[in-house]
Amino acid sequence: MSEYLIKNGFVFDPVQGIKGDKADIAVKDGKIVKSSEISSKAKTIDAKGKSVMAGAVEIHAHIAGPKVNEGRNYRPEEKLFGYTPKKTGSRMAGGFSIPTTFKTGYEYARMGYTTAMEAAMPPLYARHVHEEIKDTPIIDEGAYPVFGNNWFVLEYLKNKEIENVAAYIAWLLTETKGYAVKIVNPGGTEAWGWGLNCISIHDPVPYFDVTPAQIVQGLLEANEYLGLPHSIHVHTNNLGNPGNYETTLDTFKLAEGYKAKNKFGREQVLHHTHVQFHSYGGDNWGNFESKSKEIMEYVNKHDNITIDLGQVTLDETTTMTADGPFEHHLTELNHLKWANVDVELETAAGIVPYIYSPNIKVCGIQWAIGLELALLAKDPMRTFITTDHPNAGPFTRYPRVMKWLMSEKARKDQIDAFKYSDKVVAATHLASLDRELTMYELAQMTRAGPAKALGLAHLYGGLKPGMDADIAIYDLNPEKPATPDEIEAAFSRARYVMKSGTPVVVDGEIVSHGNKRTLWVNAKVNENPQVVRDIKDKFLRYYSVNQANYKVANHFVPNPYIIEVDATQ
Amino acid sequence: METVTLTIKSQPVLFLEADNITPDVFAGKSAADIASLHAYEGRDQITLGKYFDVAGKAGATAADTKIVVKGDVSRVKYIGMKMSAGEILVEKSADMYVGGWMQGGKLTVKGNVDAFAGLGMQNGELIIEGNAGNYLGAAYRGDWRGMQAGVIRVKGNAGSDIGTFMNGGTIIVEGNVDVHVGTHAEGGKIIVKGNGKSKIGGQMVEGEIYVFGTIDVMMPGYKYIEDVDLEVDGVKGKFALYHGDLGERHPKRKGQIVYGKLYQKI
Ligand SMILES: [Zn+2]
Repeated sequence: MSEYLIKNGFVFDPVQGIKGDKADIAVKDGKIVKSSEISSKAKTIDAKGKSVMAGAVEIHAHIAGPKVNEGRNYRPEEKLFGYTPKKTGSRMAGGFSIPTTFKTGYEYARMGYTTAMEAAMPPLYARHVHEEIKDTPIIDEGAYPVFGNNWFVLEYLKNKEIENVAAYIAWLLTETKGYAVKIVNPGGTEAWGWGLNCISIHDPVPYFDVTPAQIVQGLLEANEYLGLPHSIHVHTNNLGNPGNYETTLDTFKLAEGYKAKNKFGREQVLHHTHVQFHSYGGDNWGNFESKSKEIMEYVNKHDNITIDLGQVTLDETTTMTADGPFEHHLTELNHLKWANVDVELETAAGIVPYIYSPNIKVCGIQWAIGLELALLAKDPMRTFITTDHPNAGPFTRYPRVMKWLMSEKARKDQIDAFKYSDKVVAATHLASLDRELTMYELAQMTRAGPAKALGLAHLYGGLKPGMDADIAIYDLNPEKPATPDEIEAAFSRARYVMKSGTPVVVDGEIVSHGNKRTLWVNAKVNENPQVVRDIKDKFLRYYSVNQANYKVANHFVPNPYIIEVDATQ
Repeated sequence: METVTLTIKSQPVLFLEADNITPDVFAGKSAADIASLHAYEGRDQITLGKYFDVAGKAGATAADTKIVVKGDVSRVKYIGMKMSAGEILVEKSADMYVGGWMQGGKLTVKGNVDAFAGLGMQNGELIIEGNAGNYLGAAYRGDWRGMQAGVIRVKGNAGSDIGTFMNGGTIIVEGNVDVHVGTHAEGGKIIVKGNGKSKIGGQMVEGEIYVFGTIDVMMPGYKYIEDVDLEVDGVKGKFALYHGDLGERHPKRKGQIVYGKLYQKI
């Protein structure tokens, strides 16, 4: 393979603590190496006057699988005028909030993202998820199977059988080639099958008679029993409702007293996703207000928790989640089209288009809350930038989110552009926050932080010799102050992006489909005849498919990166 | 106002997609500039000059530009798409999407048009002197934003699914219409001076539909309220007012439930 030397750039690397110093980065055989290890034949890339960072890591987005594809199917209007034709290095691409698989890979790469995690994989449809992952070029991907409403999990947890839950998780991760334990509206989505919901973490799930609190805590214990690379990844109950911050704090508290047990350097035991949707005060849409301070006060004090934002981008988008009851609630609010599906013993999903309008007070408050979470974060290694794509907005708006976080002026301009700016300011804290994130903090929130939380710090998120050569070069010179629009433009189209040592973006254009990998976790546990028997029994009694037809065969994942976990001790 | 005349030279083998034929795109351009604008014939990108003789020149702005299209353009789609001002006169028949997403100005077709004319129309005036096809003034597939404002007048008949997801504006069909009128409408006014068939106002939340002639099958979700004297598009008469679609949600305004209104001339 080739050798490269990226010279004279301003380097931002939280892994090595480099805060904008000029440094050269050497690449050999797909890895970052010491400059002394490359030959004189190495190709030089001049990064003079530019910023150099590791490739960014997306910790939570809905970018592959049946739910995403149903969004594409039922929104032909979204891609009507947005297609770009095929070019020399790239295929036809289209869609905005629900882009084609090709556009997904291209847009992440153009922004300097080189890894992305699909945040909700219905196990029964894991093959569809992997087919789309396979068709998404350039970026490495993994997918989180959903466990929080799964009948096996609910039954085992009713009897507090943590070892059985762990054995089932290990089986399902291997069977679906999944990456982590995702929990969406624990118990509430199963309750939705009965036309009900679980609003607090103590509402029992109908029939199963366990509570969301027991589900989250049980899965947390099983996750640490196994020592998986990522922690449980939680979207708790009561999403999107005024006053829900108390449910969120109650959920955080479930992690108290637990310490991470794994060999991957991960320190958190609970990652809570799209916290913006879970940080609401008030008891109706009239007195709706930000509770970001209460939320971040807790997060700042508890280092066994990580979060991501779910930042509202003020766009027309498509919401999609395994939180079935929430999507029904949303369609009742905005009267737009609704898709809903039940996935047998496992989960459900809903889809509704949504317009986050700057002319609506609530949307302005939601926008402010997301930014507040990031700006109130004391440890940027534990708070990550997401839009919960496409729920709060498309991931292609990350450069705009970065602009808002890095420029108080950009935030003020947006507040002034709101129809009800006074009301938005009164219900939030944003106008009083003058913090502007530095490039280093941004690298923590988008690179080193998420990589560490995923247990992938040995591969991603930094530029230390031995790590994967995932590198982004941006047109930003830290010695010259950039305007807000220059910040957005620079992060929208990286000057140069390398994935595993292969140049994939040059001057903002795609030049290669790279050599994308699928990350999955192969967890081994002691033989567990009860779980084996229970699985066989459930397939015979309830599933619409045979057990033999459930497994994601190897050909669905042509270029795997398998992380081995041994919990047989 | 300057005038550009396009005269079709030969019929395209495949249908021509010519969304560049608008006063907005033509504005400020010479005949040669206009002839070199692109259109699509299947997957091939061609120039307008391949199929049209271009004479005259455009005005400085869309509002100062009139386009006259001569000859049979019944194999040409998207004439006047997204136009915001100015004028287009099509002397014979045109294909689909005439005046789609039109925002202003005046577009007249002396012959017939195929489906999707005035689709998602936001404003302006669209006059079809012949017949219109299906989905006149409707929303694009999947979209909930149909016609928003403006006027569409069809002097002949119209096809099915006119005014689907209509939110505002007026559609007048002087002849008859096929099935599905104003489906899912949340505003706007549809006047049918001839006969309707069935499924008129299905799932309509809000808006008005007037039918001067017969209705083959009335929707079961409509309830007779009263007879009213009205003047509709210059015609005075007594109309039977129905409220509906009762199977659909309806908003409340000033304490009153707002229904879709279907008026049939007695
Ligand atoms: Zn999500």
